[in-house]
Amino acid sequence: MLQLFLLLAAGLFATGLYGALSQQPIVMIMMGLELMLNGVTVAAGAFWHYLAPASAAGQVIVVVVLVAMAVEMAIGFAVLTAIYRARGVDMADAASELKR
Amino acid sequence: MTVGVVWFNAMEVLTWAGLWLAGWGPNAVLSLVGGYRFVAQGLAYELPLMFALISAAAGAQSLSVAGIAAAQRGHLWFAAWMPAAFAVYLASVYAFSFFGPFGYPAGRDLAGGVLAELSGPDRLVFQAGRWLLLTAGAGMAVPLFLGGGAGPGLPAWAWSAVKTLAVLLALVWARRRLPVIRADRYAEVAWVVLMPLAILQALAVALVVLTTGGTP
Amino acid sequence: MTAVFWVLAPLAAASGVMVFRFASMARVTISLLVSFLASGGLLIGLGLAYLGTVVILMMVMEMVIMAVFMMAYMMNPAGLVAMSMVHNRRGSLAISAATFALLAAGIFATRWPHRAGAPPRDPTFRLGAALMGPQMLTMVTLGFTLLATMVGAVVLATHRGRYDRFGDDLKRRAPSDPARGGVGR
Repeated sequence: MLQLFLLLAAGLFATGLYGALSQQPIVMIMMGLELMLNGVTVAAGAFWHYLAPASAAGQVIVVVVLVAMAVEMAIGFAVLTAIYRARGVDMADAASELKR
Repeated sequence: MTVGVVWFNAMEVLTWAGLWLAGWGPNAVLSLVGGYRFVAQGLAYELPLMFALISAAAGAQSLSVAGIAAAQRGHLWFAAWMPAAFAVYLASVYAFSFFGPFGYPAGRDLAGGVLAELSGPDRLVFQAGRWLLLTAGAGMAVPLFLGGGAGPGLPAWAWSAVKTLAVLLALVWARRRLPVIRADRYAEVAWVVLMPLAILQALAVALVVLTTGGTP
Repeated sequence: MTAVFWVLAPLAAASGVMVFRFASMARVTISLLVSFLASGGLLIGLGLAYLGTVVILMMVMEMVIMAVFMMAYMMNPAGLVAMSMVHNRRGSLAISAATFALLAAGIFATRWPHRAGAPPRDPTFRLGAALMGPQMLTMVTLGFTLLATMVGAVVLATHRGRYDRFGDDLKRRAPSDPARGGVGR
């Protein structure tokens, strides 16, 4: 049962990785990152339940991942806004050069 | 439910997604503007509402709604010693059911906003949903702030119904007397005034609980 | 528990995959939201009632905000234009498939230890007590990270400083902002 949960987490992580690597629009890259963190959340919950339910460490990991999600979204959208203001594009490829 | 208050908050946040989708769905400009107005309003009211709910939960040292109602039995009702949280909660009930002074997303300047493109059964379900949200918010105020089913004479469920009705009547009565407020007027007030107020209220509640070891 | 898993896990995985297949922006965001709701449901099924509900709460809010940003920056009205803007598609597919294979091999090859102890009667209270006690360092670090994020996000996103708002000598009483209304005006 633990292995099924971890398989789901690995699947979500791999899907998110595909999105984060292949997508051009920055918002879609962020969606890929969110999916990866989603996979980590499910894995952490499964580890807490099946391996160490008596300690609170598994739950603290879930809390840390949730905070990481929030932080990534905030900074990601701020960066997206800054890039859009500077270059007028929202694609990662167009923002790959330092010089305009 | 052991985490009833958080579940209530989560279900009320679903309104954000629902109302934005209702504005996006008809593919029309006025309903889209109404949907976006609700998102702006949502950002403004959500954090003060969360802190008001946290104040109630901290006062009862429990996250379950039954626990919060039970903690007020024999003690002062929470509406009496956390008035700021109660006021913020009532304002948020108006806000998440986009009713009364916060009816901006369905405002008359937008030809009904989110309601503009709806007719027939869709409109009926939508309006029924809006009234249900208001009633659910009024109903939740009873165990959170008004002592649950406590009261002499009638059984608990009867007192809950009476109190819910009283809160609902007060909300609907005040609707005709309050003007609709535009988002840019209250957004900054919500973030700069209401949120520190709600945080200070939560701090005050925590201090009271720590010093007296329970509710006063 | 098994029934909950077999309902929610395929939903989470399928809607996760559909995020990158839909053409309309709103559907992409709602698909991601469904994936998160399924994960929240799985957490609740695992006994983490508070954390699962918080995941549902946070993710609905985040997805709505993400939808707003998607509409703002990726104008693709009604999904009329095929929204498949990818680079290096085959390479990414290969890398993610290899990662999944590696992780799956690790999952099935590892000899997992036995369960150590039983779940507490109130996991939420245990979490709170841990965060205020032995895990206080984690809490403080998270607090500082969130503060830095808030400051950093505002600094990155705004293109007006205090000299634009208050005048060259910072003497203006009310700041001049493009949005009307607010405190003290």
